[in-house]
Amino acid sequence: MRSMRIALTAVAAVVLVAGCGGEDSGSASPAGGGGAAGGFNPPNIPAAQSVGQGEGQVNLVAWAGYAEDGSNDKSVDWVTPFEKQTGCKVNTKVAGTSDEMVSLMKTGQYDAVSASGDASLRLIAGGDVAPVNTSLVPNYADVFPGLKNKPWNTINGKSYGIPHGRGANLLMWRTDKVKPAPDSWGVVFDANSPYKGKVTAYDSPIYIADAALYLMATQPALGIKNPYALDQKQFDAAVSLLKQQKTIVGEYWSDYTKEIQAFKSGDSVVGTTWQVIANLAQGEKAPVEATLPKEGATGWSDTWMVAAKAQHPNCAYKWLDWIVSPKVNAQVAEWFGEAPSNSKACQETSDKKHCETFHAADEPYWTKVHYWNTPIAQCLDGRKDVTCVDYSKWTQAWTSIKG
Amino acid sequence: MNTSLSRGTKIALWVALALGFAVIYAPLLVVLVNSFNADRAFGWPPSRLTGQWWAASWDNAGVRSALWTSVKAGLGATAVAMVLGTMAAFAVQRYRFFGRDTISLLVILPIALPGIVTGIALNNAFRTVLAPFGIELGLFTVVVGHATFCVVVIYNNVLARLRRLGTGVEEASADLGADTFQTFRYVTFPLLRSALLAGGLLAFALSFDEIIVTTFTAGAGVQTLPIWIFNNLFRPNQAPVVNVVAAALIVLSVVPIYLAQRISGDARTI
Amino acid sequence: MTKAPSLPGGPVRRLAGLLHRRPGLRLSVLLSAPLLWLIVAYLGALAALLLSAFWTTNVFTGDVVKQFNTENFRALLTEEVYRRIALRSIGVAALVTIVDAVIAFPVAFCMAKLASPRAQRWLVIGILTPLWASYLVKAYAWRVMLSGSGLLNWAVEPFGLSGPGYGLTAVVITLAYLWLPYMILPIYAGLERLPNSLLDASADLGASAFRTFRTVIWPVAFPAVVAGSIFTFSLSLGDFISVKIVGGAGQLIGNVVYDNIGAANNLPFAAAVATVPVAVMMIYLVAVRRTGALENL
Repeated sequence: MRSMRIALTAVAAVVLVAGCGGEDSGSASPAGGGGAAGGFNPPNIPAAQSVGQGEGQVNLVAWAGYAEDGSNDKSVDWVTPFEKQTGCKVNTKVAGTSDEMVSLMKTGQYDAVSASGDASLRLIAGGDVAPVNTSLVPNYADVFPGLKNKPWNTINGKSYGIPHGRGANLLMWRTDKVKPAPDSWGVVFDANSPYKGKVTAYDSPIYIADAALYLMATQPALGIKNPYALDQKQFDAAVSLLKQQKTIVGEYWSDYTKEIQAFKSGDSVVGTTWQVIANLAQGEKAPVEATLPKEGATGWSDTWMVAAKAQHPNCAYKWLDWIVSPKVNAQVAEWFGEAPSNSKACQETSDKKHCETFHAADEPYWTKVHYWNTPIAQCLDGRKDVTCVDYSKWTQAWTSIKG
Repeated sequence: MNTSLSRGTKIALWVALALGFAVIYAPLLVVLVNSFNADRAFGWPPSRLTGQWWAASWDNAGVRSALWTSVKAGLGATAVAMVLGTMAAFAVQRYRFFGRDTISLLVILPIALPGIVTGIALNNAFRTVLAPFGIELGLFTVVVGHATFCVVVIYNNVLARLRRLGTGVEEASADLGADTFQTFRYVTFPLLRSALLAGGLLAFALSFDEIIVTTFTAGAGVQTLPIWIFNNLFRPNQAPVVNVVAAALIVLSVVPIYLAQRISGDARTI
Repeated sequence: MTKAPSLPGGPVRRLAGLLHRRPGLRLSVLLSAPLLWLIVAYLGALAALLLSAFWTTNVFTGDVVKQFNTENFRALLTEEVYRRIALRSIGVAALVTIVDAVIAFPVAFCMAKLASPRAQRWLVIGILTPLWASYLVKAYAWRVMLSGSGLLNWAVEPFGLSGPGYGLTAVVITLAYLWLPYMILPIYAGLERLPNSLLDASADLGASAFRTFRTVIWPVAFPAVVAGSIFTFSLSLGDFISVKIVGGAGQLIGNVVYDNIGAANNLPFAAAVATVPVAVMMIYLVAVRRTGALENL
């Protein structure tokens, strides 16, 4: 009937619009589909030239614990003072993994993001973030030199963000259920583990690097030098280790509150964690401890970046300056349990030995921590004779690891 | 009635009914008890009972604004669904046309297909089609998403009622000189009212509790109650508040459901 | 019959008259909005999604590459893990449907045939009330109950057993619990329409309770059961939230779609995976149409 025919034509129209619309033409995807870190050309997006009046609001994508407004602990709040000082109301979306952050930033609804190294390059290459004019962020001058101009936040000399802090992924365990206290990642990779069904692991493809790190120490014959630069043979070894680990895993976590709850109730007794989770669990009277195992660990170095199409760029820049100011940076670093990025923050921490404990100025220490990085086909450890496995394969492998 | 069933069978059936209701209500009782549980991780049995969570929930601004957003979305979606569902039901019941049978299939599709598919399809469509016009994801898109699967509820109710009514009354009204609009306003609509109300209440309930499609259509700024619950489910500070909210909803919902049953007079329309 | 006095013909009345004289126009008006909404907006969105399943994503930048290829479907069909997950999801959905049907039938029968009309109304209210308790809270209540230190373990420990913990069993239990009212109500409605006289006649003719059930009740109730199963099957097939809450380390097809949309930022692949539950449901719906279940909703 006529109305049916008209309807069908309209459907076709919608499909065509959806098919032809949308912006993908501006992407700077280099031929071959993957860019080398530092060796690709990001889209040309201008950095802001000045910071004007606040727009009244700022939408952030942040790791848990980075934008505390008192709702977790009344005394832990650096958002409300910011709102009072600048008039920018803060809306935070807590993301559990770097992948979530990348996809959230792609929606264009957020103004700033605290990106780890495995997200920052993807955001830059995808044109989702703009270069940051560091002269507009006064506190940038005091950031540790060891964090400036790094491959994951600076491309072709242009700075894309303000370093936030750095830390390592730790091993957490229930002191009453796991004895003796573990000092090696072996406790979560042991196929005959006595804690079968109560082990937890981080729910993201980037966790494959943790398996590679363990193999670096236990199977040196594989020749792994950088857990993010794995050729096919090394990658397969890591994947089969993880498939074996799945048999003892009870739950994978990406929501930090779920991990806290699982450790508190005893459904998880050992696994990967962040210092802030251990702190919160201890605050909940759960008997847990966390440590950096002897094989080293993966970790992160986070950078606050500004969205390319930010709707509140002025408030975003104000937030960037706020979060790396000495007092606030010290608060975040202590709450989260990481090393601050502002050298002056070390005098502001309530625990005077915080910077020492977290190795804030200890550059040799950070050579043992392998920051999250996006694996690409061009091996990140410099090997030219083999192709490394890129992140899309990591993602597919992760689905088959979880079965 | 039923002298045909043996006593044994009858007792077995009553026991089954009791067990069924016990199974349905046990977790809800757990929720209710946990809303008074002093232990924030809800260990069982609860060591201590406290009323502090109920007090805390009342002050919680996040809950109140999420509740209000859910109510707004629910009312909007129900209103749209009422209009669309009634129109479709009239078309199917009163006319014959090509593709008439497919309409029932089409109307049920949004609720029959997995929510995640509806969610990502709508999200994709909103971003490519509406974004260029400056319409961002927000309350409007949530209402659109909810209305799409609420239509079937109204449609079924109105269809069933129209089937029972027949066309006689409308024809009589036309004979007496009422035009199409007057007939609808003075004759048909009052007869449909109770069906619309019952369907509307169920549609509102569907929209109020919906999480999956909403996750994809809500965008950054909009938090309906289920989204608020989802974000706070595991947080130590907020989890007890979540229990309180759920317990309050259960208790409060008896009233509208009872009204819906009275009004529809017909206990079987879902 | 005397001609009715002609009332002042305002524009509204003229429009009404036009509508009255032309049923085709009335039909078009009635159908326009719903069809626009359902076909153009909804089906169009679905079609656009299907179209995007034929594209790929540049994983490094995350942008969609709009070149037609069947890479996603090839990966979906050849890699064993997706087959496994799809079959597991269908299995879970089927199991949930069966469990719900088995529990719901006696409950609905008792409600329809043995309860007094007044009790019936309250019983229906009793079934509908839990639907207002948030889905998430109910799932979370099961997480708490199934936990190592939760209610279930506490109850069965004296018998030397232990609860199922988190995993696929927990998912089936939780989903069966969540959708039970959606199965009870259509069966109740269907059984209500079954005349008691048929049951009496069957007994008079000497049929045992089981025979009566098999030959009299079941054929009438079957479309209603199928109607309820549409809800339980489809709601279970695409579910990913309950899996996240009580599923432990497992994943169903809804999780694969969700992870690819969110974490992996790979909409084309997520769309390709999503076609599996859509195809399954379409087949299911077309199959049940013939049983007349769609009228029983």
